[in-house]
Amino acid sequence: MSEIAERPPEALSHGAAEHKHKDVLGAKMGMWIFLLTELLLFAGLFLVYAVYRYQHTAGFHRGGMETHTMFGTVNTMILLTSSLTMVLAIGAIQRGKKWLSVTFLSSTIGFGLAFLIVKGFEWSIEIRKGIYPGSPSLLKKSNGEILFFGLYYTMTGLHALHVFAGMIILTFMLVFILRNKITKDDYVKLENAGLYWHLVDIIWIFLFPLFYLIN
Amino acid sequence: MESTESNIIVEGHSGEDKQEPISYGLYVVVWLGLIALTSLTAVVAGFNFAAFTLVIALLIALTKASLVVNYFMHVKFEDKIFKVFLAIAGFTICVIFLLTFSDVYFRR
Amino acid sequence: MAEIAIEPGGLGASPNGASHNYLENTGKHKGILAWILSTDHKRIGILYMISIFTFFAVGVSLGFLMRLEMLVPGPQGKIFDAQQYNALFTLHGVIMMFMFVIPGIPATLGNFFLPIQIGAKDVAFPRINLLSWYLYVTGAIIVLCSLFWRGLPDTGWTFYVPYSIRTATNVTLAVFGVFVLGFSSILTGLNFLTTIHRMRAPGMSWFRMPLFVWALYANGWIQVIATPVLAITLLLIAIERVFHVGIFNPALGGDPVLYQHLFWIYSHPAVYIMILPPMGVVSEIVATFSHRTIFGYKMVAMSSLAIAFIGYLVWGHHMFVAGETQTAQFVFSLLTFLVAIPSGIKVFNWVATMYKGSIDLQPPFLFLMAFIILFSIGGLTGLILGSLATDVHLTGTYFVVGHFHYIIFGGGVFIFFGALHYWLPKMFGRMYNKKVANWALGILFVGFNMLYFPMLLLGYEGMPRRYFTYLPKYELLQHISMVGSWVLITGLIIMFWNLIRGIFKGEKCGANPWGGTTLEWSIPSIPPTENFEHVPVVTHEPYYHPEAEPGFVAEPVPVAK
Repeated sequence: MSEIAERPPEALSHGAAEHKHKDVLGAKMGMWIFLLTELLLFAGLFLVYAVYRYQHTAGFHRGGMETHTMFGTVNTMILLTSSLTMVLAIGAIQRGKKWLSVTFLSSTIGFGLAFLIVKGFEWSIEIRKGIYPGSPSLLKKSNGEILFFGLYYTMTGLHALHVFAGMIILTFMLVFILRNKITKDDYVKLENAGLYWHLVDIIWIFLFPLFYLIN
Repeated sequence: MESTESNIIVEGHSGEDKQEPISYGLYVVVWLGLIALTSLTAVVAGFNFAAFTLVIALLIALTKASLVVNYFMHVKFEDKIFKVFLAIAGFTICVIFLLTFSDVYFRR
Repeated sequence: MAEIAIEPGGLGASPNGASHNYLENTGKHKGILAWILSTDHKRIGILYMISIFTFFAVGVSLGFLMRLEMLVPGPQGKIFDAQQYNALFTLHGVIMMFMFVIPGIPATLGNFFLPIQIGAKDVAFPRINLLSWYLYVTGAIIVLCSLFWRGLPDTGWTFYVPYSIRTATNVTLAVFGVFVLGFSSILTGLNFLTTIHRMRAPGMSWFRMPLFVWALYANGWIQVIATPVLAITLLLIAIERVFHVGIFNPALGGDPVLYQHLFWIYSHPAVYIMILPPMGVVSEIVATFSHRTIFGYKMVAMSSLAIAFIGYLVWGHHMFVAGETQTAQFVFSLLTFLVAIPSGIKVFNWVATMYKGSIDLQPPFLFLMAFIILFSIGGLTGLILGSLATDVHLTGTYFVVGHFHYIIFGGGVFIFFGALHYWLPKMFGRMYNKKVANWALGILFVGFNMLYFPMLLLGYEGMPRRYFTYLPKYELLQHISMVGSWVLITGLIIMFWNLIRGIFKGEKCGANPWGGTTLEWSIPSIPPTENFEHVPVVTHEPYYHPEAEPGFVAEPVPVAK
């Protein structure tokens, strides 16, 4: 949502001056509505999860025992910290501290990368155990476990895709800051990118107990 | 909502008043809270509260999410309309879950 | 009668006539690039119009072929075999649903008139608006690609599992195309919501907005909140087909009924995506041609929101025989009847608006009359399907097909046509031949009823939908229906020929041919690129007719000639 709503200048000054005005609130509103669609997208998946967990309680329990609480907890901490550096990056640009903002934003992207690396380790361990969609050893398990791992890969996979997309967006923001396209006076792009990043964080906050905290 | 909205339109100032930057300290405090809750939920998951285990885990997740929404996403400091938007989405999600379970729950 | 409340030329006209209209090229691009790279909401609306009606033509042709297939009971002597017929009705459904009626009025006329009606220069995010058109075209092309690559999908437009994850045809591609189309729809909704919240002209408070805008607002919320659920559902089909995760596969514990839940959580609200904008148009047409303010304005506005809201609560009535529990059947059947309340409010207020109005029987108003008849038949047959006992008998028959076409085609699309007759003169500054328009409507109306009323009867007698053969006893009704499709298509051809001829060769019609009171009638026909020369300041409600107020004394209206 890099675009900013421009109100007709006359609406503000009634045609008096050629005063271009950016509607910051409008831009954020567009972003928020977009975030709601993301929320509903994942809500569909959470609904599938809820129904199957209700129907296959035992299978989900056995499946949950096999995921790694450690990886999940570390990744939660990483994402939460990346959210902190994200807001700090915005705080820095608000105060006009360009290089501080660049530092914080780069570390946010770095944390995103760290999250994906941990995720990659985690998945590769599961896959080496022979647990992946359609694998012979998974198909031998109960229906509940098959569904649990099906959802595990689908939901964390889709989430990881969102993290990746967020990293690309943040990289663009980094370039914008370096080229002074995002400044102390006009930083709504960065705020919107931050909103997206936090949403990805929130979705993980809910995925974490559902897949990693079943003991 | 009606009156404030139309005032904004008529005056057309809303974009111009800059928000006061929120102190770094507050962000760090919120972050510490989030980390603490994460540790808590990971530890609590070890105990067996039977049916309540899931409820407790989700309540903690909900608390964390509302911290992120209110402070990191600034909803606490923004125009009221964003809270309305969130409420619409949240309510819809609740309705969808409830009505789906009106089917699933009663299956035999 | 002061037909023109606002003098011709109105607010938008520049005193020295220097402003350009949106059809003249002023930007840096030339030729087709000046259109497909334009972020002007008016040009994007026309891009949408061209593409949407192109796909409508494809959908109509497929429908025509399906009717032609019913020439003989079969299975001998058929034009298409069973598999081809399956592909026909799937494609007909997917094209008509996702490429025609869902984007339909909002993307075309909504794009064009929403900003003008609230006194804005453009939508909130013009470039995203253009992006949504590109996504629409991309999605449509992806769906059409499945035509030529690995076999047409044969699942029906609902893509029900488990068949859709088993069939060898190219469901994955079609589903992905619909996913992209959904994204386009979301972006349109997002844009409209932000525009309505943020871009209203000074004085345009919420309750001074035209009812078309209110309908688009409610519609925007459905698009934004419901479409993602469809997106994820279709994505799950694709994931299931590619990775075999088992989510909808009963052999692995998956639950096909859950798929139907997810599908209808979107697709029932989508029915209101199809019908709310037409209802908004109806309010405009009723107010304009009755020359009165709309009766119960606030109630009509609020009923749009109520319909959008209740639309989320009723999806289970598509699944009465799909294996949902009796509790769910009871709950959903009960909630379904609630929709009648806001719909009833609208209809009563429209009728009350006409009462004692000075009604002008122009073509758009006649389309509205046809709408009332057809939509009532659709609504009443809907009651039959909404009640549990009768639904069990009629579900999965031609009755459902007939009911659905009465609602969506007879209701939504007839008003879409009416809206074209209402607004095209404003968009292109020229009037079509009204007599031909009335004849076209007459032929359409006759053809429509010949085509779809026999379907209701066939369904009642037990003819199942989606069969490519039928018992000889259904032959007469099938043939009436088939001939009806020919009449209907004749009407369509006459209507579109008349409209297109009107665009290029019709008489010039001036700024306000109908005596409308909303803002679009205050600017010149062929609106200027910037919409308004000066930002309008709104001082009264949208359907303000001073001459209809008690105690009105006619003042000579200064007319600049």
